Amino acid sequence: MSTKTDKIDRLAELTARSETSTGASLWVEAFRRLRSSKMAIIGACVIALFVALAIVGPWLAPYSAEAQTWRNEVFRNQGIFVGPRAENWFGLDHLGRDEFSRFLVGARQTLLVGVVATLLGFTVGALLGGLSGAALTLGGRVGRRIDTVVMRFIDMMLALPSLLLAVSVAAVLGQSLTTVMIAVGVVQIPIFARLLRGAMLAQGGSDYVLAARALGVRKRRIVFSQILPNSLSPVIVQATLCLATAIIEAAALSYLGLGNPDPAVPEWGVMLAQSQEFFDAAPMLAVYPALGIIITALGFTLLGEAMREALDPKLRS
Amino acid sequence: MPLLSVDELSITFTARGRRDVTAVSGVSFDVDQGQVVGLVGESGCGKSVTSLALMGLLPKRGVRLGGRADFDGTDLLSLSRDKMRDLRGSQLAMIFQDPLSSLNPVVPIGVQVTEILKRHRGMRGEAARKEAASLLDRVGIPDPTRRLKEYPHQLSGGMRQRALIAMAVACAPRLLIADEPTTALDVTIQAQILELLKELVDQEGTGLLMITHDLGVVAGLCDQVNVLYAGRVVESAERRPLFAAPTHPYSHGLLGSIPRLDAPRGERLSPIRGSINDQIAWSDGCAFAPRCDFYTMECLTGTPQLTEPHAAGHRVRCVNPVLPDAAGAAADRTEAGA
Amino acid sequence: MSLLELNGVKVHFPIRKGVFFDRTVGYVYAVDGVSLSVEAGQTYGLVGESGCGKTTLGRAVLRLNDITEGEVVFDGTDLASLPDEEMRRYRRRLQMVFQDPLGSLNPRQNIESILSEGMAAHGIGADQDERREKIKEILAKVGLPSGSLSRYPHEFSGGQRQRIGIARALVLEPDVIICDEPVSALDVSIQAQVINLLEDVQESMGLTYLVIAHDLAVVRHISDVIGVMYLGSLVEEAPSDLLYAEPRHPYTRALMSAVPVPDPEVEDSRERILLSGDLPSPASPPSGCRFHTRCPWRQDTLCATDRPELRDVGGGHRVACHYAAEIADGRIRRADESVPATPPGPPSGASAQPEAAEAAGDGPVERRPEPAASE
Repeated sequence: MSTKTDKIDRLAELTARSETSTGASLWVEAFRRLRSSKMAIIGACVIALFVALAIVGPWLAPYSAEAQTWRNEVFRNQGIFVGPRAENWFGLDHLGRDEFSRFLVGARQTLLVGVVATLLGFTVGALLGGLSGAALTLGGRVGRRIDTVVMRFIDMMLALPSLLLAVSVAAVLGQSLTTVMIAVGVVQIPIFARLLRGAMLAQGGSDYVLAARALGVRKRRIVFSQILPNSLSPVIVQATLCLATAIIEAAALSYLGLGNPDPAVPEWGVMLAQSQEFFDAAPMLAVYPALGIIITALGFTLLGEAMREALDPKLRS
Repeated sequence: MPLLSVDELSITFTARGRRDVTAVSGVSFDVDQGQVVGLVGESGCGKSVTSLALMGLLPKRGVRLGGRADFDGTDLLSLSRDKMRDLRGSQLAMIFQDPLSSLNPVVPIGVQVTEILKRHRGMRGEAARKEAASLLDRVGIPDPTRRLKEYPHQLSGGMRQRALIAMAVACAPRLLIADEPTTALDVTIQAQILELLKELVDQEGTGLLMITHDLGVVAGLCDQVNVLYAGRVVESAERRPLFAAPTHPYSHGLLGSIPRLDAPRGERLSPIRGSINDQIAWSDGCAFAPRCDFYTMECLTGTPQLTEPHAAGHRVRCVNPVLPDAAGAAADRTEAGA
Repeated sequence: MSLLELNGVKVHFPIRKGVFFDRTVGYVYAVDGVSLSVEAGQTYGLVGESGCGKTTLGRAVLRLNDITEGEVVFDGTDLASLPDEEMRRYRRRLQMVFQDPLGSLNPRQNIESILSEGMAAHGIGADQDERREKIKEILAKVGLPSGSLSRYPHEFSGGQRQRIGIARALVLEPDVIICDEPVSALDVSIQAQVINLLEDVQESMGLTYLVIAHDLAVVRHISDVIGVMYLGSLVEEAPSDLLYAEPRHPYTRALMSAVPVPDPEVEDSRERILLSGDLPSPASPPSGCRFHTRCPWRQDTLCATDRPELRDVGGGHRVACHYAAEIADGRIRRADESVPATPPGPPSGASAQPEAAEAAGDGPVERRPEPAASE
């Protein structure tokens, strides 16, 4: 008898060795995978740095962003810019302002544009896409009509070139940060709308939705508690990736002169635009904001890609 | 000398930061000309990986191969990519489970077939087209000249698999590896395809390595059968002895758990308990022990070896085999245990 | 009276085209007039190959597809004509088990949430505690540890997932469960576990099953009555053992001869009827008998022009073939039997049937009676 218990114990011990039971939801698992991805960690670090910069930057700034403290120095030496030095880490700009302080203050503006624009695109897009997807999934002729109307509207938005849109928004609202936010955000609406609608349709055709219907679960509950949560992950990934493009696009619009003209609130895109004139004399003035834009965009892209991988159910082992 | 001789094949997947996973280890078998050899097992037993390794289709990075696979005097495992590519399609050919994804969706069937004829047989133009049509005709595709102009999606599943077989046999390969060739097909179509494969083996003397999970297919087609479990051959025998006296508890249990068309209604099935996840490492003992009704302490100490417990040529990797005369008693024990 | 009765059920899917306005350009005749009845406590097996409409029919019973025409009478009520909300309530009594165990479970719900979803929808159990008790009881019944409650579908093996799917149906205490390919996605060694489980709960809970599967061996094992479907209609129906002993419809015979049996003795000796060609498209089914384009017993009259009805041939055996009687007593022979394409080989095995040695070549595919290298 003892041999029998012995062998059972031994078996339990050996099987336990290869057991990997967890007990975690998909979100928790995705987060775990995210944590073990180098790409995600680098991306997250870059973003954290950027966000920290945006929050505390303006207080850290050694000087005022608009005060032309070294104005005389710059104007005296016509055409020769002052490079990095102990009191001005990034040197001075063409008006004798401290470039480092402007860079720090600009981070907040850049983040603000990116986040607000993406939030706008995400919210309106997800609402439209969700409406369309829900209408189509709930079915019936009315549902199909609603979907057709919404999607044709989205198609029209897609047909509008983003630059043209931004210029027309600027024409109405004038040059300001709001203009840039709206212009960048509106362009993102169709992306989110189509993505969410597509994901909802795909989920709507899946077996577990059929199973829920067979169970007798009400259609509305199926849409909101089953289809919607499962359709969100591609949209969330897209939002992260869109933050990167939003920052770049906002910079581009500012560069074209549609951004905030107020010298007190420098934005990296505006700084880039202003430095262009003096590129031959002081290329570094362009390099700081450009590097800032590139590195943050890269951070968001890295995190977004890592999230895409972490959330992809096909890659789950 | 056998056409293909696989000796102690092992396949290990290595990834940085993770434990190495040994998918296949110590697998040996031979395939003669005109012989059908079956690799049977359930998902995750390593049968498909084995075929991919033989065809040189596994990525070089992250995969460690061991052992030898002699094909006509050359070791397939150490062949360079270029040499392998020449061999593939001319001497070695493979057909897969999913014919649709194995065909290029945007190229007509005819072009895909003539491509092979051009590359490996140096045929050109009209001659290649004629040969392609006769190949399709040979695998039983009606109206072949019209079919040559069609795209894969225009063909039914059975026709696609036939087209794939036509491409595989275009250069009269000496060895054909078929990985679950009929799993995606309906039974009546499966019967057609299996007949076609039999015919190829009989008429051309092609060696066929048949990879499948379906013991019914094996019973009708294979000469030599290797049963795989968790990456190792657990039983290897000729077809008739194997089915007459399945000796490893796994093959024995597998046969007992399949509903048979010719069994009367109401006969209860005796399933194997647990799932493939209930497994111990081969280095610790027998991987099947957690699901086995007959395991003893001996099963949990070291890898069991292949032996021939009751008949020559019938090799079993088990220390407590289900011997033919004891099979009745074993069945009783199974029921008592369940 | 039968618990579940289908009368002339048709499901036709419109083929739509157009950007702004839907234009119907044709129909897929997925299910085209099926009548059958399932007795309480029994298992009705519906077998057929892909595209025959068996899955659509199963879903139509639960109104997961729209029914174009016909009646689905369950316990005296015609489900086909019920308003949506009432139909939803009826789903407590008619449940379904799906083919894909993972795909049919919401990946973001844990087991407790999955199993209580249906109970909440039908107002079973006063609160979550009461439901949890019920769920635990059912989990024990399907052989899952009660610790599974807070775990997620991806953490289980295929067989366990199917058990969850079965438990989800069982918590509602239904009368009928429609099992759509309940084991075909599982490994062979696991299939038997699930089949046995289905049989056990049927006995203990008095369930009625409609089992839909492509695997004739599975269906034969589990069913009391088997219906064979081809291209949207029933071609033969008989008690399980009778159907196996005396298949009357040419399609059933071909299907049966094609199912591989894991026994070389049987495999080497059995008659094999190979069908030529493929399944015609259900969007443009052949005229007359749907099977006449592939039938080895096809006759010049009737087959191509008249659609055969299911006729009772005795013993609860119904066949939809004009020439079933003639084929059965040998007055009509297979087209390929009279002219053997290859010389008959010596019969092997103990139980060689009369036709076993006959060549059964059909079209370009030829049967070779002996596998070469085995002897």
